Amino acid sequence: MNWLEIKNLQTVSLNEIPRLPVDEFRSRLVEKVKGGKRLVQLFADPESDGIAIYALTADDNNSRLSVASSKIKLKSSYPSLTPDIPSASLFEREMFEQAGILPEGHPWLKPIRHGIAGIDQRETPYEFFSMTGKEIHEVGVGPIHAGIIEPGHFRFSCHGEKVYHLEIEHGFQHRGVEKLFLSNALRPLSLVKLSESIAGDTVIGHCGSFVRALESLGDAAVSRRSKTIRTIALELERIAVHLGDLSALSGDVAYLTGNSVFGALRTKVINTTMSMCGNRFGRNLLALGGVNVDISSPLHDQILSMVNELEDDVLLAGEVMFTSASILERFEKTGIIEKETAVEIGMVGPAARASGVSIDVRADHPFGAYESFPVHKLTLDSGDVFARAYIRFVEIQQSIKIIRDQLNNLPEGELRSTLSGLQPNCFVVSLTEGWRGEIAHVVLTDGEGNIRRIKIKDPSFNNWFALALAVRDEGISDFPLCNKSFNLSYCGVDL
Amino acid sequence: MLDLIKLRIRHGYQSIGNLRTAVLMESHRGFPEILTSIKIEDEQKIAGCCPTKAITGNPVTIDLGKCIFCGECERISNGAIRFTNDYKLGTSKKDQLLIAPGTVYQEYRASAIEAKKKIHSLFGRSLKLRQVSAGGCNGCEMELSACGNVNFDMGRFGIDFVASPRHADGIVLTGPITKNMAPALMDAYKSVNDPKIVIAVGACAISGGLFADSDELNREFLDKIKVDLYIPGCPPHPLTIINAILELIGKESR
Repeated sequence: MNWLEIKNLQTVSLNEIPRLPVDEFRSRLVEKVKGGKRLVQLFADPESDGIAIYALTADDNNSRLSVASSKIKLKSSYPSLTPDIPSASLFEREMFEQAGILPEGHPWLKPIRHGIAGIDQRETPYEFFSMTGKEIHEVGVGPIHAGIIEPGHFRFSCHGEKVYHLEIEHGFQHRGVEKLFLSNALRPLSLVKLSESIAGDTVIGHCGSFVRALESLGDAAVSRRSKTIRTIALELERIAVHLGDLSALSGDVAYLTGNSVFGALRTKVINTTMSMCGNRFGRNLLALGGVNVDISSPLHDQILSMVNELEDDVLLAGEVMFTSASILERFEKTGIIEKETAVEIGMVGPAARASGVSIDVRADHPFGAYESFPVHKLTLDSGDVFARAYIRFVEIQQSIKIIRDQLNNLPEGELRSTLSGLQPNCFVVSLTEGWRGEIAHVVLTDGEGNIRRIKIKDPSFNNWFALALAVRDEGISDFPLCNKSFNLSYCGVDL
Repeated sequence: MLDLIKLRIRHGYQSIGNLRTAVLMESHRGFPEILTSIKIEDEQKIAGCCPTKAITGNPVTIDLGKCIFCGECERISNGAIRFTNDYKLGTSKKDQLLIAPGTVYQEYRASAIEAKKKIHSLFGRSLKLRQVSAGGCNGCEMELSACGNVNFDMGRFGIDFVASPRHADGIVLTGPITKNMAPALMDAYKSVNDPKIVIAVGACAISGGLFADSDELNREFLDKIKVDLYIPGCPPHPLTIINAILELIGKESR
């Protein structure tokens, strides 16, 4: 049976999604991924008489997604996909944890958030991969880290200064986000606010992804003006975080000028976001059916002059940073991820593009205003800290140009349209290119048109394993630098 | 080299001179003012709209400890609720967080933070804090980081975040306290030497915020440990955070 071909944000009836026997589901999925498709989502959805598994793959070059499902009995098993599709590893661990389905032959099966299908695993010690040898030692860091950041545990296996293996334990941030979406299903405003807090550094990214999913399910027409304002907000978020990352990377190599300059530029950007919506991270800017705030004429001029000035500042600061030998010495050839590895483990976003993987949801599966203009995909080849830093520098410039173009062509239109109820028994996937990469929300509705299941994937879910691979064979003192070059979310994974 | 000099000149002086008198832009949602006369039908609408159930009706009161400052109530209130740009919201008393109709900012501020002599003599010249994120979404964490950047530079007052709880005088808590972080939070608290203070930052830490109804939380820490300072917001602005801490340690009048 063929998989159902869909597009980003296309609502389809659940009946249309083919249901395959497990063996066929598995072999087709392996075939697809080996044939160059990308695994976007793999999740379990408990039904009355068993558990449905949904898989979603992307054909990025042709703007197509395909979906299929299978069904297995409660507490049963199926042959693990991970040996054939390494990028399925974390998804399978998640299904094992959330629904108790056992992927037989998974190379390193353990829960992500400390529980397995209702069984509390918190008292069971987390089993780390361990190396033995006379001079091997382990370094444990966290859950509470040295700086002001979220918690997680890193376990390094080292020989001297050299890192042989890093294992990352997640789960400390688990707030039960997906369950809260269901218990609040009848309070749309609470859902929108909850989506802003999935990861507080990606407010516009996650909230945008969520409201677009509901707008598709509710068949709401969002005005071009609202779409344009959303795009400006999303690009401002991208610029702000990228600037913050360049500041942090500068700080890590003791380049204090960069640390201060990029930090101060970030402040200007988030303050502009605050003049739009009253919050520095863009909270309350988006709404179901549109946006809460308009870009008035003075605000228009304010944003325009901010980005114009920022462009000169960023160019100059980047020029100084990326021509300094002492900085390049630390950045270059540190934490390399080869393109083949990046594809194999399913990396997304700027980190993947820095390894030469040409994917960007804005170009591949356009949403909102990106449907009306092309986004050029930027890639670099070296896959090291330098590439991950430099790609941020060029993406900032690209985002500035996008914002300027959008401001100069701000269409007229209503700010908000109303949403009638959601279509019952439907399925929609909403992909968004957040600053970290591909955000994927899948929403399923029940017979009454209420949300029955939401599956949230932050790009960090794809990229954490890349960090573990990046520090292999590096000195442990380069870990902070590698870590900041990815800047991944803990709560985005722990949910 | 010339570019570097040019960069330094362009960068200029970014520090906010006086953090106590700085004025935030009009769009910032800070202290909410509630009218004393609200129509009954509006009252019900207002109380029902709040995503974190921060508002109770009859009379309408807003709990700043739960409020995420989304402004939805303001939008539907026909002018009965107005978020001002006044940002000094920190308080050392939890019941103070309930804003009743007619309360004005100056009145709230007058009794919000009691600078205790003991705290001042212990920490007035130097305060080192250990931040613990226990389910925080990274919003509050980023604003706490921002307190130390070139714009706000909280370090000028001798207030810094340190890496080890052993070096700290207190804990700054963010997040709704997940079950998985509860033991680590308690360990960190115990590792701080006495005397010590606890500061709860953001709606999640103070009340659970948007996550209050989640069964993945364990907020027992707050039943056992006294909080010295509540800083409302989602997330609170760096100026809100810095001013509250300055007042707590009695540095405000300097």
